[in-house]
Amino acid sequence: MPTGSSSPRPDGRVALDYTPHSEADVRELLDAVGVGGLEELFAEIPPEVRYQGELALPAGLSESELAAELERLAGADCPASGLVSFLGAGVYDHYVPAIVEAIVSRGEFLTAYTPYQPERSQGVLQSIFEYQTAICELTGMEVSNASMYDAGTALAEASFIAGGQTRRGRVVLSEGVHPEYRQVLATESAGFGPRPEAVPLAAGAATDMGRLRDALGDDVAAVVLQQPNVFGALEDMAAAARLAHDAGALFVAVVDPLSLGLLVPPGEYGADIVVGEGQALGNPMNFGGPGLGFMAVTSKLMRRLPGRLVGETLDIEGRRGFVLTLQTREQHIRREKATSNICSNHALNALAAVVYLSWLGKEGLPALAELCARRAAYLRERLLELPGVESYTAGPVFREFAVSLPVPAARLAEALVPRGFLAGVPMSRFAGAFAGRGPASGEPAVASTGRSPRGETPGAAGLDDVLLLAVTERRTRAEIDAFVEAVADVLSSGEARDA
Amino acid sequence: MADESYPQDLKYYKEHDWVRLEGDEAVFGITWFAQDALGEIVYADLPEVGATVTAGTPYGELESVKAVSDVFAPLSGEITDVNAVLEDEPQLVNEDCYGEGWILRVRLSDTGELDELMDADAYRKFLAEA
Repeated sequence: MPTGSSSPRPDGRVALDYTPHSEADVRELLDAVGVGGLEELFAEIPPEVRYQGELALPAGLSESELAAELERLAGADCPASGLVSFLGAGVYDHYVPAIVEAIVSRGEFLTAYTPYQPERSQGVLQSIFEYQTAICELTGMEVSNASMYDAGTALAEASFIAGGQTRRGRVVLSEGVHPEYRQVLATESAGFGPRPEAVPLAAGAATDMGRLRDALGDDVAAVVLQQPNVFGALEDMAAAARLAHDAGALFVAVVDPLSLGLLVPPGEYGADIVVGEGQALGNPMNFGGPGLGFMAVTSKLMRRLPGRLVGETLDIEGRRGFVLTLQTREQHIRREKATSNICSNHALNALAAVVYLSWLGKEGLPALAELCARRAAYLRERLLELPGVESYTAGPVFREFAVSLPVPAARLAEALVPRGFLAGVPMSRFAGAFAGRGPASGEPAVASTGRSPRGETPGAAGLDDVLLLAVTERRTRAEIDAFVEAVADVLSSGEARDA
Repeated sequence: MADESYPQDLKYYKEHDWVRLEGDEAVFGITWFAQDALGEIVYADLPEVGATVTAGTPYGELESVKAVSDVFAPLSGEITDVNAVLEDEPQLVNEDCYGEGWILRVRLSDTGELDELMDADAYRKFLAEA
């Protein structure tokens, strides 16, 4: 009996992987249950609930015809690699060196599932241990887990840790935390964990620290800020950490790992929990996923850290070895006491991250971060020279910033695609994620010129004219210049103006 | 680690806890047998002062190199003190389980529950039969 894929069959045909039931298979199955035909097999199902007629599917294709058809369909897509991209908002177009692919595509790593007899898989455990070490060094924290699914799920776990540790019922987040991460947190917190509450941003797109202070109380488990925040603004993390600790709450920092080549690591400003999206570390954009959630905590919170944790030890002969440690916290061991449902990790993405960080090295990381910051600053400077383009994100930025435009940002982005550019993320995409971003009393949502007045509190203006742009090391000066020219062209032609 | 012992002045509970009665309060800990079974204790997750405990239900956890185990309340009441030293030195539960390794002090709410406890001889017998 044929069992494997593509095995030759008694009738001489080859069963392809994805067409499991040949006519001979069907015949064999029917004979085994003693039924004459498919009609007889389904006789118990009343005819009126059964589909009548032929399915509207095209005729079958040969392998070469199918390959051509798939190529045609793929050609209809417009991948970032074929355009000059300024997209960001959590997923970034950094160069992924060949060494990453070479290592993560080795069968030993690529095909391995999370080790259920972990100590037999020393290579996988060592790769995770080295990933954890890199995350600790990067964030300045004491303990990292083996990774989570993405920044959003890592943030939700951080909230649960804080709730368990402080036995308090509220988590106060800045609206500068990515709206999608906040949405995942809200979803996962329903019925479990502290209740999330958002604090708005001030003019310039950093968190309104006065409103943050007002939101605190003795029922707050954690304060969460993102650095840089979703508009690219730099937050005063040290001040927020002090406010949190003064209120007896934990401080959770959501950070961009590559920004830590330039910015102060969270361990130095008193973060209790650090989470973030690790896609930028050697993982391609993958149409938005899979991502890599990272999570690191102080040693005080070690026993509340969800997921897997690899430790280093010595074996009976004194040789260096690796084990899963503190497993007693895992939900598969003490299910009724579990505070988290995660019992796996994104090992392959984490491996890509540690290979990438090793490739980048101690000098490479700050150099790369500085390159991004310089190019972002250059693009911002050039864009702000254009009539009607104004700064939305105030102050210095790392690799991402927002501007307000004299036209709807989505219209500008659309007009730039045929010119070969992905202009960035129109923030109208996240409309509704920012409190009070409807019209302020007595004012139209968008001024009649289609522009929001400069210096206005973000909460008081709509986001239609706000564009978020990211600049990685892959964007050359020539690309940036060509992009600015294309933006100027679209703005002066009037083609992106409001209908 | 100390030698096996079950002091005569203590009461014992079937989940291998001891109780020292002091007026309307009682001190809880785990017995020599319990700490020996757990092995080297590396972490104690304990409740806060002011919380209530209920006889027969877990009030905290002791983590050893082998496992994490629930610690059961032998009597009901309100916690008046927690041995905070265990946070940094959980091994005291191994080294001196009836002394510095005490866990909670509780103001008792139901002295009727005392009848459920064993004296040292009964507990030794209970261990021998288990």
